[in-house]
Amino acid sequence: MDTVRILIADDSKTDRLILQTLLKKQGYPVYIAKDGFEAVEIFKEHRPDIVLLDAIMPGKDGFEAAQEIKVLSGDSFIPIIFLTSLSDAPSLARCLEVGGDDFLTKPYNQIILRAKIEAFSRMQDLYQTVQLQRDQIQAYTNEMVIEQKQAKAIFDNIAHRGCLDNSNIRYNLSPLSIFNGDILLAAEKPVGGIHVFLGDFTGHGLPAAVGAMPVSEIFYGMTLKGFAMEEVLKEINTRLCHILPVGAFCCAIFLDIEYSENRIRVWNGGLPDGYIFEPNEGIKVKLPSTHLPLGVLSSLQFKSEISVCSFHENDHIFLATDGVIESESEKDHSIFFGSGRLESIINEHSDSVYHSIQAELNKFSGNERQTDDVTFLEISGKNHIKKITPKEQNHGVKQSLKWDIEYCFYVESLRHFDPLPLIVQPLMEVRALRPQRSRVFTVLSELYNNALDHGVLKLDSVTKGDADGFAQFYQNKTNRLKHLDKAEIRVAVHLNSQMDKGELTIKIEDSGTGFDYKSKLKEQVVANLSGRGLPLLKALCDSIEFQGKGNQVEVKLSWIEQ
Amino acid sequence: MPVNSKLDGSNLTITVTGRFDFSVHQEFRMAYEGLSPSPSQYIVDLGETSYLDSSALGMLLLLRDFSGGDSADIKIINCNQDVKKILAISNFEQLFRIE
Repeated sequence: MDTVRILIADDSKTDRLILQTLLKKQGYPVYIAKDGFEAVEIFKEHRPDIVLLDAIMPGKDGFEAAQEIKVLSGDSFIPIIFLTSLSDAPSLARCLEVGGDDFLTKPYNQIILRAKIEAFSRMQDLYQTVQLQRDQIQAYTNEMVIEQKQAKAIFDNIAHRGCLDNSNIRYNLSPLSIFNGDILLAAEKPVGGIHVFLGDFTGHGLPAAVGAMPVSEIFYGMTLKGFAMEEVLKEINTRLCHILPVGAFCCAIFLDIEYSENRIRVWNGGLPDGYIFEPNEGIKVKLPSTHLPLGVLSSLQFKSEISVCSFHENDHIFLATDGVIESESEKDHSIFFGSGRLESIINEHSDSVYHSIQAELNKFSGNERQTDDVTFLEISGKNHIKKITPKEQNHGVKQSLKWDIEYCFYVESLRHFDPLPLIVQPLMEVRALRPQRSRVFTVLSELYNNALDHGVLKLDSVTKGDADGFAQFYQNKTNRLKHLDKAEIRVAVHLNSQMDKGELTIKIEDSGTGFDYKSKLKEQVVANLSGRGLPLLKALCDSIEFQGKGNQVEVKLSWIEQ
Repeated sequence: MPVNSKLDGSNLTITVTGRFDFSVHQEFRMAYEGLSPSPSQYIVDLGETSYLDSSALGMLLLLRDFSGGDSADIKIINCNQDVKKILAISNFEQLFRIE
């Protein structure tokens, strides 16, 4: 700390001189004022560290000057010590009341003067430290708010709303819910219907938000690729098991709504009961938790058993995290909203259960803020699907695409590796091909297995004539794969996708000796356990052509977009 | 497990999740073999089957054969459009009840 600079204001020249001499001798720089006016002016100009004010001065006295100086000091702490020959208690008290910090009675005692100045100087240091820390905390807080807003923007792009804005879904989700640990996702399945995920992470803030990111990625990614909910759940559980510390987990409910089949499939691990209800009829089915939360059991122990319930056009589903039933009463914090209250609202309100619950929650907990912290949603069976435009689905415009991919699988891969997902994956990146997924998969599987079983391994499908033969066939396949020495299968895919139509050419070549396709293809197909592959291919493809010595086959699949 | 089975009284429901092809042939067979007494009705739920190929058709025929051939009572349920099409191409609706 720099040397303390002191302002002295006293109308008595003698007193000024004595004090000035004393202070200068102790090494303090000193400013001199002969009345209150001057004191205020000098203070404005030089900002001294400590002010010594005579209480009684002509014009502007010490009391008045003290008030002005305190205002001028603003945020910083400038000790004011009154100099006075008054000794009655009320006068001394007044010195402190107007904002003075201490008083010093005349005649001055050198030792006390010095001790007081040093004490106030220490106090001033302390005050400045506190102030600095306060400013730092403020700066950190501002920075954190900005960072959180940015994190939220990133989070929203990953854990986006999916199809939550469909007209049959209503939901209440806090704008900062990620920092509450709640996550709500919904996505349309390629085959129709939707997947819904409502999760509640243990803990709050950043850890919960970090955990929510992979959940969202897996949920949207796998749903888009057509995976069943069991598979999505298993994958989420496995990932959470890896990343969450012991003791942290995610309570969740997963719905697979199949509007066309009038049913839903449910998995509930640790969330409160969900409800299927019909307005005017009340609750029909409860969807209780029957599993442990996600991220608790290892992938081997994880159970993905699903309950199936019917779900018709007039039915609704209500789901909530525990924030709803655990909302506290405004009047008595030991009373909770509770599931009984929730159920009677659902049973008693014929329409707009969602809004009734929202209103009752606000009334119960006494403010609007409360419903900001809880997550709940209602889905109706009336599904007016808004047609997804290609732009929304693909983040882009309709593409014209033309490309080739060629794979070659060698012995090691043929033995242990299932190449079909690898081949199908890039094809499913082509939007126009997604509706063809099942057809493409079947054709590829048929072609690849033919090439492997009959081309490379020279297995005879006639052995598949009965159950034992089927097993025998499998056994032979395993044996021959094990002893396979040198072989390869080439898969070449050519895509030509125009604005509204396209064609996929798949050519597969194996290193086998081929077969006499010219005579074989004339044989009538008989209804035994094998020999269905070729008719299937013929039905699914526009053309099928064997080439070479029968070890090459080329098929074409075309499509027209509706 | 891609293949699950559930016995409800004398009804056996077999569910195949994901791909229904040769890779699940052992599990599929284990799902219905060795039950005593034999179920009177078999239900194959393909609601979560993403695709099937000709070996799956073979496995369905094996099930039919196992459960009495022409007198077998087998329902195939919850087929999506793609799966239905594959079954239709092979005229399986003449051999199974497809719902």
